[in-house]
Amino acid sequence: MPDRKIRVMVAKPGLDGHDRGARILARCFRDAGFEVIYTGCHQTPEQIAAAAIQEDVDLVGLSCLSGAHRLLFPRVVELLRKKDASDITVIGGGIIPEADFTMLYEAGIKAIFTPGATLDSIVEWIRNNIKTHD
Amino acid sequence: METIKKICEGNVRAASRLIRDLEDKLPHARPRLRQLFKHTGKSFIIGITGSPGAGKSTLTDALIAELRKLSKTVGVLAVDPTSPFTGGAILGDRVRMLRHAEDEGVFIRSLATRGALGGLSQAAGDAIHVMEAMGKDVIIVETVGIGQQEIDIINHAHSVIVVMVPGMGDEIQSMKAGILEIADVFAINKADRAGAKQLHTELASLLNSAPQSAGAWRPPIVMIENLYEPLTFVEQTAELAQKVAEHYAYLQESGQLDKRTERRAMMQINDALRACIMEPVIDNLTASGELQYLAEKIKNREIDPYSVAEEISKRFLKSGGINDIDKK
Repeated sequence: MPDRKIRVMVAKPGLDGHDRGARILARCFRDAGFEVIYTGCHQTPEQIAAAAIQEDVDLVGLSCLSGAHRLLFPRVVELLRKKDASDITVIGGGIIPEADFTMLYEAGIKAIFTPGATLDSIVEWIRNNIKTHD
Repeated sequence: METIKKICEGNVRAASRLIRDLEDKLPHARPRLRQLFKHTGKSFIIGITGSPGAGKSTLTDALIAELRKLSKTVGVLAVDPTSPFTGGAILGDRVRMLRHAEDEGVFIRSLATRGALGGLSQAAGDAIHVMEAMGKDVIIVETVGIGQQEIDIINHAHSVIVVMVPGMGDEIQSMKAGILEIADVFAINKADRAGAKQLHTELASLLNSAPQSAGAWRPPIVMIENLYEPLTFVEQTAELAQKVAEHYAYLQESGQLDKRTERRAMMQINDALRACIMEPVIDNLTASGELQYLAEKIKNREIDPYSVAEEISKRFLKSGGINDIDKK
């Protein structure tokens, strides 16, 4: 059985224009051999969920530095679930207080990476958690 | 079958998954394509090509908007390059088309080239079929940013838009063969910049110098100015959409559509043969280690690649090899 190519989407929901981190991650995923759909800043959760389905990605990485993650991250998970796409893994990163972790995990976010997380650790998490065989 | 039915009903999730299975060459994908084929062939396929940064995605976005005004459903395949070093890719064309993300009449799918050299990806032809089966009225195929020779798009599209930008100067001369020959419509994008008029003049004189036959299509040149004047931009991209529609009407009336469809069919046979004969043979030789062994022998000049190919064709083709086919 041939290996599947891992496809990921990197997106920034909400009113947050700080995309340095998201761009670095996109580049890092590319170098890890993934196909990366980069969709940029200022997106609604609706746009993100629709794009994730159209692109048939394995994983959506959300980046948020504005503090709105409590609203925006769970909304993406919920929209994917409604569209029968809950098999798409959602992870998040950015300025996220530890106090919010439980709430986000319960909402269906599978992993959270905050400042200090290494690029390698994020790639490794994806490799370990996304199956490349059908 | 369930998947086929879903795709024909326009289900995005099923369609996108099949495109992915085709890209990943999963064994069940090709039989599904076989079943889908009878539902294809009704869409108008527009190719859009040009150098990196010329504005292909931005113009694609504008074309989508025009087509949606006419209530046409639209499929978009946007191709970006795969890294030859890591196999990874950044697929960023969607960024220019975000306003259509939630429109259910628009399905945008990014493809990575995965080593294909003609400006598209190997799965692009298959992906077009999937979108056709979904019943999309129009399918826009955006190539990677190209140089002069990556013109695979002509084997897939009915109408090809070549996007050019001013400031590339004398290159127009060297571009005579290849890219300039495939245009059905020229778009001079960023036409507010210096050199746009000159580019228009040069293109026009190039078209004038080509032999003209009565009733033949002459590629129109559409000037498109910058985005900071949205009204101008909308007017000019509407003109672009109009010219493409005129070209399609011309194809239908002149009988050229038939020829282009036939050209596409030739390409489909070619692609299918490759997938059906070449790939399994190569996979087989790779798995058994024979490919490596033969490469070693050729490297040491113990054997030549031509005899190797002949011997392999004899072994895998029942008729007794390629030479035998020649004789028949």
